[in-house]
Amino acid sequence: MGQIEWAMWANEQALASGLILVAGGIVATVGRFAQWYFGAYSIAAGALVCLLEYPRGRRRKGSTMERCGQKYVAAAVKLFGPLTRNYYVRAVLHLLLSVPAGFLLATILGTVCLAIASVIYLLAAIRGEQWLPIESKPKERPQAEDIKPPPSNPPPRPPAEARKKPNEDEVAAGGNPQVNPIPVTDEVV
Amino acid sequence: HWFSVLILVVWIGLNVFLFVQTFLKYEKSDEYYYTREILGTALAVARASARCLNFNSMLILVPVCRNLLSFLRGTCSFCNRTLRKPLDQNLTFHKLVAYAICIFTAIHIIAHLFNFERYHTSQQAKDGSLASVLSGLSHHEKYGGSWLNPFQSPNMTVLYVTFTSIAGLTGEIGTVALILMVTSAMEFIRRHYFELFWFTHHLFIVYFLCLALHGFGRIVRGQTKDSMKESHPHKCAQSFEKWDHHDSHCRPPQFEGNPPESWKWIVAPVILYIFERILRLLRSQQRVMITEVVMHPSKVLELQMTKQGFSMEVGQYILVKCPSISLLEWHPFTLTSAPEEVFFPIHVRAAGDWTENLIRAFEQHHSPVPRIQVDGPFGTVSEDVFQYEVAVLVGAGIGVTPFASILKSIWYKFQRADHNLKIQKIYFYWICRETGAFSWFNDLMISLEQEMEELGKVGFLNYRLFLTGWDSNIAGHAALNFDKATDILTGLKQKTYFGRPKWENEFSTIATAHPKSVVGVFLCGPQTLGKEPAQMLSPIFQSRSR
Repeated sequence: MGQIEWAMWANEQALASGLILVAGGIVATVGRFAQWYFGAYSIAAGALVCLLEYPRGRRRKGSTMERCGQKYVAAAVKLFGPLTRNYYVRAVLHLLLSVPAGFLLATILGTVCLAIASVIYLLAAIRGEQWLPIESKPKERPQAEDIKPPPSNPPPRPPAEARKKPNEDEVAAGGNPQVNPIPVTDEVV
Repeated sequence: HWFSVLILVVWIGLNVFLFVQTFLKYEKSDEYYYTREILGTALAVARASARCLNFNSMLILVPVCRNLLSFLRGTCSFCNRTLRKPLDQNLTFHKLVAYAICIFTAIHIIAHLFNFERYHTSQQAKDGSLASVLSGLSHHEKYGGSWLNPFQSPNMTVLYVTFTSIAGLTGEIGTVALILMVTSAMEFIRRHYFELFWFTHHLFIVYFLCLALHGFGRIVRGQTKDSMKESHPHKCAQSFEKWDHHDSHCRPPQFEGNPPESWKWIVAPVILYIFERILRLLRSQQRVMITEVVMHPSKVLELQMTKQGFSMEVGQYILVKCPSISLLEWHPFTLTSAPEEVFFPIHVRAAGDWTENLIRAFEQHHSPVPRIQVDGPFGTVSEDVFQYEVAVLVGAGIGVTPFASILKSIWYKFQRADHNLKIQKIYFYWICRETGAFSWFNDLMISLEQEMEELGKVGFLNYRLFLTGWDSNIAGHAALNFDKATDILTGLKQKTYFGRPKWENEFSTIATAHPKSVVGVFLCGPQTLGKEPAQMLSPIFQSRSR
C-alpha cells in the first residue's frame, strides 16, 4: 500500500478527463446547444490536458512502459521544466481548466473527472512525487565487440635447437615432426 | 477454442438484437409518437443503448464469482475439455463486457444530451408548433400528470433539471464511478499498484446502486393506452391546435412514465455476487494450521499448511491473507504440492512489501506464529497433462510452480501404480534467468531424478534447464567441468543449457521421436517467453496452450 504512486493514477484520470472534455465539447458545438461556446472552450482545454498528460512519467522503481509515440510529446513537456515537473502546478492548472466546462451539461462530466484528477495530483504533490521523463536506454553495444579477437601471435614454439631432430626419415620427409610407425619410402619409378 | 468463440458470437449477437429491437420499438411505435415529435431519433438511440447497458451490467458480475466458476469447473470435470476453456477466460470476458458498458454509456449520454437540449428548446419555443404545445402540457396534479416534457418552465436550465431529477443525478454519479473504475483498472495501474485498482474497483457498488435507481423518476414518457384509444396520434396529431376546443374529437394526449426496469436485470447477479463475497468470508474464517515453515535460500519461504475440508487439484492456486500484515490484502500463490499429499504448501518469494513482511515475520520465529487465512483453491486444473501419452511442459520463471505440483503428482501416481496414467514420457523445459530463487525446485528435480531411477523409469522424465542470464564466467566454468557426471550449477544429471531454447529443433526432435502419439504441450510463464514456442507449434503437431 505504501508504494502507490498516486501521480500515475492521476495521469490516467486526467487523460480520460481530457478525452471526455473533447467529446462533450464536440457534441455541444456540433449540436449547437445553448451556450455552445463553452463546448468550444472544452475542446481546446481537453486537447491541452491530453497533450500535457500523454507522456507518462517515470516510475520510482523499475522500468516504465511508455505510451505509443510519447517521446515527441515528452520532449515538448520537458521544456517547461518545473511547471510540468511539479504536481502542485498541475493540480491547480487542472482545477482552473475544469471550471468553465462546468457551465454546460455536455461537458460537466469532464469537469468533475478533471477536478478529481486535480485532487489526486494534489495528494501526489503532498507526498513529494514529481514528473520525470522516461530516459531512453542507451543502445546495446553490438555483440561483435564481446567476442574476443583471434590470436595475433603464433603459438609459442620451443627454441630452434630443440626443434631440430637428428632423424634421417625426418629429414627425408622434409622436417616433419611426425613419427611414422611403418617406414615410409618414396617409391619413385 | 471454438466454444469461447461461440460464446463471444452469442454475446455480440444478443447485444445487436437488443439494440435493434429496442431502437425500432421507440422509433416506430405509436406510443412514443408525441415523444418523438420533440426528441427525434435520439430517443430511440438512448433507449436502445440503455437496454444494452442493462444487459451488460447483468453479465459483468458473473465472471468474477470465482467460487461459482470453481463449482462449475468441478461438476464439469467429466465434460469435454473444451467447455472448461471459457471458464479460464473469465477475466477476459469481464473486461470485454466492461468495454461494452463504456461504449454504450457514451452513446447513451450523447443521445440524452440531445434529448435534454431538445426538451429545453421546445419548452422555450413560442411558435405554437406541436412540440411546444406538447411541452405546455401541464404538470399540475389536477390534470393527472399528463405532462410530457420534464422542463416545466422556460426558466429551467438543462443543468438544473439534470441535477434535480433522479435520472440525471444517478446518471452523473454512476458515470463518474464508472470512469474512476476504468482509469484505475488500466493495465499499468493494475500491474504496479494493484491495491489501488482493487479498492477503487469497489466503486461498482455505487455504479449498481445508481443504475438500479436511475429509472425511478419515470422520465421517459409515452402515451397511455386509454389516451391512445380515445385520441390516437394518427388521427389527432394533425389537429393539435384544436385539442382544447369543445367540439374537437381529440383530447390532449395523456402520458405516463415507463416503469424502471434496470433493477430487474441486475437483481439476480447482485444477489449471486453477495453470496460469493459471503462465501469468501466464511471460507477465510476457517482455521488454517501451519504444519511446517521452511526457509529456502534466496529468501524463499515455504509454508506448509492444512485446513479442514480442503481439497485441491494439480496446478491450482490459493489466495492468502495475513491479518497481522494487512487486514485487506489477499495474494495469490500457486500450490506446489500434489493433491495426494495431506498438507498444501506455498513457496513465497520476496516480490513486494507484503511478501517481504511475511518472510520477515516468519524468519523472526515469533510465537505464536502469525495467523494465515486461505481462500480457494481456484484456477484451472492442469490434470489434462495426465491424459496425454507424451507431454511437453515448459515452465518459464515463476511459471515453474504449477509444474512442481504436476511432477509430484505424477510421482505419487507411479508409486501407487496408477494404471489410469496414460503418460509415458515427459519433456520438461525449465527456463529462468538464474536458479537462485528456485533452488527448492532444483531440489525437487534432484529427488525426482533419484526416485525415477529407483522405480526403474530412467527415461521417463527428460528435462532441460535453460539459464537465460548467463555470462562468460558461468559459460567458461561449465566448459571446464564438461566431463563431470552432474551439472555444476544444479547438481542434476542433465546438463544446463544457456540462452533460450531453439523451439523448432526441440519440437521436431520430439515429433520424430513420437510419430504416432498425441503430444500435449503446456506452457506456464510470462507472455514474452510463451509466444515463441506457441508460434512454433502449429505447423508441427496438434497442441493446446494456456
